[in-house]
Amino acid sequence: MSEQPETYTAAAEVGAVRKRRTGFERFVMLMKSAPPSAWFGMIVVTLYILVAIFADVLAPYGEAEIHPVPFAPWGGDFVFGTDQIGRDVLTRLIYGARNTMGIALATTFLSFLIGGGLGLVAAINRSWLDQALSRFVDVLMAIPSLIFALMLLSIFGSTITSLIMIIAVLDSTRVFRLTRSVAVNVAVMDYVEAARLRGEGLGWIMRREILPNIMPPLVAEFGLRFCFVFLTIAALSFLGVGIQPPTADWGSMVRANASLIQFAKYDITAAITPLLPAAAIALLTVAVNFIVDWFLQKTSGLRE
Amino acid sequence: MNAVLSTILKRLGLGIATLFVVSAIIFSSISMLPGDFSEAVLGQAATKETVTAFRKELGLDKPAPVRYFEWVGSVLQGDLGTSFSGRNASGQDRSRQVSDLVMPRLWNTLFLAGVTAVIAVPLALFLGLTAALYRNTAYDRIVNAATLTTISTPEFFVAYILILFLASLWPVFPSLANIDASTALGERLYRVALPALTLTLVIVAHMMRMTRAAIINLLASPYIEMARLKGASRSQIILKHALPNAWAPIATVIAFNLAYLVVGVVVVEVVFVYPGIGQLMVDAVTSRDIPVVQACALIFAATYILLNLTADIIGIVTNPRLLHPR
Amino acid sequence: MTDHPEANHDILLKMRDIRIDGYSDEQWHPIIKGVDLTLRRGEIMGLIGESGAGKSTLGKAAMGYTQPGCKLTGGSIMFDGIDLAKAKDREKRQLWGTRIAYVAQSAAASFNPAHRLIDQTVEAATRRGIRPDAESRADAVELFRALQLPDPETIGNRYPHQVSGGQLQRVMTAMAMSPRPDLIIFDEPTTALDVTTQVEVLASMRKIVEEFNTAAIYITHDLAVVAQMADFIQVLRYGEEVEEAPTRQMLTKPEEPYTKSLWSVRALEKPEVKGDDIVLSIDNIDAAYGPLKVLHDVSIKLPRGRTVAVVGESGSGKSTTARVMTGLLPPLSGTVTFNGEVLPAALKDRSKDQLQRIQMIYQMADTAMNPRQTVEEIIGRPLEFYLGLKGKEREERILELLDMIELDESFMDRLPSELSGGQKQRICIARALAARPDIIICDEVTSALDQIVQEGILQLLLRLQKKYNITYLFITHDIATVKAISDEIVVMFEGKVVEQGLKSEILSPPFPDYTKLLLSSVPEMDPDWLTNLLENRDI
Repeated sequence: MSEQPETYTAAAEVGAVRKRRTGFERFVMLMKSAPPSAWFGMIVVTLYILVAIFADVLAPYGEAEIHPVPFAPWGGDFVFGTDQIGRDVLTRLIYGARNTMGIALATTFLSFLIGGGLGLVAAINRSWLDQALSRFVDVLMAIPSLIFALMLLSIFGSTITSLIMIIAVLDSTRVFRLTRSVAVNVAVMDYVEAARLRGEGLGWIMRREILPNIMPPLVAEFGLRFCFVFLTIAALSFLGVGIQPPTADWGSMVRANASLIQFAKYDITAAITPLLPAAAIALLTVAVNFIVDWFLQKTSGLRE
Repeated sequence: MNAVLSTILKRLGLGIATLFVVSAIIFSSISMLPGDFSEAVLGQAATKETVTAFRKELGLDKPAPVRYFEWVGSVLQGDLGTSFSGRNASGQDRSRQVSDLVMPRLWNTLFLAGVTAVIAVPLALFLGLTAALYRNTAYDRIVNAATLTTISTPEFFVAYILILFLASLWPVFPSLANIDASTALGERLYRVALPALTLTLVIVAHMMRMTRAAIINLLASPYIEMARLKGASRSQIILKHALPNAWAPIATVIAFNLAYLVVGVVVVEVVFVYPGIGQLMVDAVTSRDIPVVQACALIFAATYILLNLTADIIGIVTNPRLLHPR
Repeated sequence: MTDHPEANHDILLKMRDIRIDGYSDEQWHPIIKGVDLTLRRGEIMGLIGESGAGKSTLGKAAMGYTQPGCKLTGGSIMFDGIDLAKAKDREKRQLWGTRIAYVAQSAAASFNPAHRLIDQTVEAATRRGIRPDAESRADAVELFRALQLPDPETIGNRYPHQVSGGQLQRVMTAMAMSPRPDLIIFDEPTTALDVTTQVEVLASMRKIVEEFNTAAIYITHDLAVVAQMADFIQVLRYGEEVEEAPTRQMLTKPEEPYTKSLWSVRALEKPEVKGDDIVLSIDNIDAAYGPLKVLHDVSIKLPRGRTVAVVGESGSGKSTTARVMTGLLPPLSGTVTFNGEVLPAALKDRSKDQLQRIQMIYQMADTAMNPRQTVEEIIGRPLEFYLGLKGKEREERILELLDMIELDESFMDRLPSELSGGQKQRICIARALAARPDIIICDEVTSALDQIVQEGILQLLLRLQKKYNITYLFITHDIATVKAISDEIVVMFEGKVVEQGLKSEILSPPFPDYTKLLLSSVPEMDPDWLTNLLENRDI
């Protein structure tokens, strides 16, 4: 046997340069390094969530309450005027936040449940089941989702349930693709094989080995999917096949009041009225996108 | 060359197969209709005899595979079926051939898409390339923020903003793009300006971001660092080293966004009341005119598949590993 | 500075007090902490150190190049009168590729897949107008010939993916030589190659550098390799210089304790013990991945409590044999017998008890552990799963295991990213031990570690074997490790067993052809080894 220099002990080896920081420290560091766009995003999103939760308290009138003054101008009893059948625009805006956001959120959750679950299964299986699911998803994705949604809605009708289900199923294809690809990267790691060699069951491997390691891209994707679903629902409502009146919804509000734009020269506030719900949609999506953009930059570690 | 040819043929075959499966899905959707739809279509003319005759006309009494092949056969011959609209209470059958409805609309949409693509693609590539090269400069950050904002907003918002400023407050362009078969080219371009502008803004935003990401990804390759270590200047690296490898990712980006164009066209046509196939489909969906919906869906799907196929083939043809096998 | 009696030429490169910082974990950390380097024309310098020592960073700095994420914070780099630390990008670019050339570790990644090899080879020379294009191409062919590439006339017309790794590495050397630079920096050029390929590439490199009297910096962590190539050697550790001396002097009389410890590592050797009680045997195994057959009639016997080393190069089937043993790859034919009973071929058919008895340790400890689990969870899981241990019992057993691998309880709640390479591998060993196995399959477990750390691991494994009578199947491609740890050796080549037997039998003549080739290709610490070998082989 050879002699070791006395200075060598296994415990004294220098590891990679990493300081373990508490969750709180990491959170503070994260906040400090956020660019202004991310701050903007976070503030806006928080505001929207608050409005949606406290809609009943904030709205001056009832959601479907009709007043005998259609197309009233801004000011007085109605801050933003009334719409074409006399409902207060501000009230509709506030309730629209709850409805549109709520439906979009529910749809995204459902889409992740379906797409994420199946994606995990496909990644672990990687044989016949994976092939079958992937081919099926390829076919579903060969039809543009808006078109497919339009077609399915024409068959099943535009109820809230059918809306959520149809868009969730169509959107889950993208979630499937992403989950599968990141999960496959993890599934080929030695530690997953080590778990298999131990005899661990499928459930354990999915929950404890793979899922914790694919969270960052999934979280980012959740944000992106929410935006996409949100915009799609808004577009469908705008086209008249999404959320039906009298439920307050930003997309259909734009359509209903669109004719006011031509009066811009005479009454600029009237012209802006249909743009308010559209701007509300845009603002939320931009905010979420800013946050996701920042999140992706942090986790991708691109050396700039 | 044989490897390339066989790969292309395989891919082509896959595309055609996908098209068939998609058409089967679109076709089978009619069988998912709730039972009372025939009454709804015929309205007051719905008696037991007319309903049965209607169902027979739709071929609902025959088994599914037979129906499917008959349908495919007639589609390939240009017969897309008969519209549901027009079968009304008066008892007269004023229904029209779907193909008569669809064809002129299709040309209009292609015109709009074409005008948009011609402007949007070069612009987006240029912006994406320069943003990638001047990464993290003020220029890049501004372009990034602007495009991020644009892709986050719904198309109808962009459309209405443009209408507000360029048609309502300052009447530069018309806010309604109503053209018909007799409109001259110059007049057409004038009326189509705002819709095309809307679409351009949206497409450019998407495409530019994807191009930028693809180029940045490419520039991070080890052989680019090697070229740098051999003393190549910045422009030499871009033109000689990066570009030959960039065709495949860029082609994918373009195809993907042209496919996106196909979808964006629907909303824009509705906003500007442009007589294209998108507006036709929305109207058909609202009135539950299934044959028209099917025909439109089929056309959209076919275009989409075709574009993705083209992207894949460009990727194959520019891949040196396939062009020069071991 | 020490004298360099072998070279009487003027100084080409003089680096003084170089300091470089790298950015990671939101901060700047020093990577190079004040290193000096002097190189004369025509000299070859060896730069050794373990991973993380900063060799590659220093090598690139010699060109005046810092990678994204690094910055030069101090010092001067005088190349033939020009200070590269202060020079503008434009000036540096004039030198790069023409007077200073760089040969990277991964040739496959460094060639542009869209251009032919010959175009990339002559690119630098042609662009600077060193000579007309046609002449450069003819010269390139001659360089290919001198580097012993097959079909030198036509190989240039191929694309990078059409030639092998060893050939690409030589083309890269030709590419570096084409403009006749004053200095070439070789950054671990043979690390990724098989031992038998390495010999040819080394020979070609040395020949051509001597022929054109080019100065060179040869970066590597392999001491025996650097002994063949360099006139003098500098040792780097944690970004600082440890020692510098002419090659022969450094090999025979190193001064610093660290240098001495690097040298002593290769002396470990376990005395062999024959074993007759066979715990596991695989008989007549044929195995395939899809249509490709990878194992042909392989039979191996593992005696209880002994170490059987399976040695071979990439593609020999060593790892596949391990996969058949564990049930990950059911064979086409043949049996795996454990303690007298035949094991089910596929993993899913085996009982928990059968799975428990055979454990595996992997080459890359980074990917062998779940990055989100703490050491306690990693070691604790087999205890829960196989032995049903819970609570206090489990914790005590974990502490025992940590003690066995020479670590203490402060490691319990660390994550893998907070451990060094050697510590990670020790945790993997503890995880395998936790199951109380009869057999542990070690798949290249020391190949990714530095020399000193390797020896620590090997000694630990031997101690554990003695104490618990564990049987090891030790897969490796490194002959020194084989000598250190095995009782019996199995030599594999292209999916077949070439020979099998006691260590002393295999490592002494007469040798079958392949074993002869394999053993003789392993570089030794004698500066004349390569020269002698080449003479004997008539290359």
